Amino acid sequence: MAFKNYLLVCGGTACDSSKGIELTDELRKEIDAAGLKDDVQIVRTGCLGFCEKGPIVKVLPEDTFYVSVKPEDAKELVQEHLVKGRIVDRLLYNHEQGKSLVTVEGIDFYQKQFRIVLRNCGVIDPDKIDDYIARDGYAGLEKALFEMTPEQVIDEVSRSGLRGRGGAGFPTGKKWSFAAAQPKGEKYMVCNADEGDPGAYMDRSTLEGDPHSVLEAMAIAGYAIGASKGYIYIRAEYPLAIRRLETAIEAAREYGLLGEKILNSDFDFDIELRLGAGAFVCGEETALLASIEGNRGMPRPRPPFPAVKGLWDKPTVINNVETLANIPVIISKGADWFNKIGTADTRGTKVFALTGKVNNTGLIEVPMGTTLREIIFEIGGGIKDGREFKAAQTGGPSGGIIPREFLDTPIDFGSLSKIGSIMGSGGLIVMDDTDCIIDIAKFYLEFTVDESCGKCSPCRIGGRKLQNYLSRISDGRGQLKDIENMQKISEAMTRASLCGLGQTASNPVQSSLKYFMDEYLEHINDRKCRAGKCKKLITYTITDKCIGCTVCTRHCPVAAITGTVKEKHVINQARCIKCGICYEKCKFDAITRS
Amino acid sequence: MAKLTLDDLRKMRAEKKQIMALRDSENKDVHIVVGMGTCGIAAGAKATFGAIVDAIAEKGLTNVMVRQTGCMGLCYSEPTVEVVVPGMPPIIYGNVTPEVANEIVEEHVLGKRLLDNLICDKPAIDIMDNKGN
Repeated sequence: MAFKNYLLVCGGTACDSSKGIELTDELRKEIDAAGLKDDVQIVRTGCLGFCEKGPIVKVLPEDTFYVSVKPEDAKELVQEHLVKGRIVDRLLYNHEQGKSLVTVEGIDFYQKQFRIVLRNCGVIDPDKIDDYIARDGYAGLEKALFEMTPEQVIDEVSRSGLRGRGGAGFPTGKKWSFAAAQPKGEKYMVCNADEGDPGAYMDRSTLEGDPHSVLEAMAIAGYAIGASKGYIYIRAEYPLAIRRLETAIEAAREYGLLGEKILNSDFDFDIELRLGAGAFVCGEETALLASIEGNRGMPRPRPPFPAVKGLWDKPTVINNVETLANIPVIISKGADWFNKIGTADTRGTKVFALTGKVNNTGLIEVPMGTTLREIIFEIGGGIKDGREFKAAQTGGPSGGIIPREFLDTPIDFGSLSKIGSIMGSGGLIVMDDTDCIIDIAKFYLEFTVDESCGKCSPCRIGGRKLQNYLSRISDGRGQLKDIENMQKISEAMTRASLCGLGQTASNPVQSSLKYFMDEYLEHINDRKCRAGKCKKLITYTITDKCIGCTVCTRHCPVAAITGTVKEKHVINQARCIKCGICYEKCKFDAITRS
Repeated sequence: MAKLTLDDLRKMRAEKKQIMALRDSENKDVHIVVGMGTCGIAAGAKATFGAIVDAIAEKGLTNVMVRQTGCMGLCYSEPTVEVVVPGMPPIIYGNVTPEVANEIVEEHVLGKRLLDNLICDKPAIDIMDNKGN
């Protein structure tokens, strides 16, 4: 026989350290005392996030979420909730007042995440079209085709306030209306699935988990702009997503949801996949079109914009995967519903790939207007190993580094650009005090230099110059005038580069100079790297605490440490590669890093 | 399958919706759903999936259906597995190795008891279930 209630007590490290174990014991005692042993099971769980408000107790099946539960609260919780069935109000999570975050009625008050794009991910079998249909799949297409004119579809999308999720945030409805306004004839609908930011995998997961939502959205867009042909440009590095898309397209054709005369209407629409070789620049829309046409993926100046002159010089709309995944819901539930979510600047939600030094890494979707603090400390469960939060990086190589003073900024397109970063496609990398800002900026510049197509000189030469300056500074050969030069080059790149890649490539440098100048100066003036990441700036030495245990000698990969047993050892500095293994292995704190 | 007309699609949606809601197909009332996105598979979801299927066969259970799905978003605890047993709340388990998979079948499906230290939170409410459409 199954239990009537289940008490889930968070067993994360943070909750345990705020008396989570005593709480569990106390709850168990109270349940026994109330004679509910056979009706209630207590279970300890993995970290439930929300570590700031631990210990967390969740009661199933009703899903009540209690925070900051102390051992002395156990009696009340058991007596009130489990015996009398009354919720203990004072232990509920109270939503802070006066926040711009708008929630739709019916959202459970404690849940930070709201899933529109990922509505089916982790719920349906992506290989089964029937699963998708059962969850209102193709209801948006049905409504568009039989109840709406193309103009009404565009109007609905415009009114929803949806902005492109690929990075720049251009209003989707406006983009569609440009293409729709072009004279009738051949037009194209393209889905940009060329996700290339390091650490970002939102689009991959969406396509793998719910491929039909993108197909349905493309058909709706095709109907709205008057296109009968769609292309999905996806990188060949995503084999599972490609396979699931192929299965989905096949199934949709079989059901007559793609192809000629969709659902017996007069509308024809079909989709083909185009595999990219994985060049970062091909995520830029004009380079992407060149690549679909079979040419080398290089951007061209705009205007003319693709909505006027795109694929094979025909009007073309290019939307990102995440943008498209919103469309079926906007059409079926209406713009007014969508409008209730998010901020005035940006409606709806954003999917982030939360990675780096955070406990609960993963794919999250939050309403626009959620703060970084909520994402990192409530959903992400805080910084790994209890370390200090240093900065967050959004938008990948085109984004900026956000310091801790902006943890409480509500995130949307406008607020991020105000603080020198961008939304980008949704990579969110969290850094702690062991990360060196110069090292991070250098990493991104290496990436953009590698991926620059070389067509325009500000990006090709400017990027290389910036990378050289950063290497110099991290090697301890930096000079004060380097900073001024980097600022000048950054500005020139932003203003003169041909495409988004070059225009934004200096963002990591500009934002880190703005917020972490002290760290640059420390590297240049004091030849010091506080995080211990810039290898040429650190030396390891063995102090008198050494007892000659020989552990370091055995672990040194380059045999740079010598000495006899039970005597003080010495590091040969010329040989040392600054890997830090000896520093970590020494049990006697006898090795110092400076 | 012939091409659908509008009426076919609507009829089919209504039918499938019921099947999804009851979570009952071919009299299988217990559902085990394994997250098989790239993240899940990289963390060993294929072995987990295999272990579950084996354990079910070994116990001779005929009312259990094992399905795959995409990424649930809990990448830090892959492989993730959702278990739906009638009369019990749906539960998501994280870090499900083949050993844990065996335990799930033994303890959760047969013993109707939840497993300690492995439960993850459901990431968000389901907007498709939301009555306020």
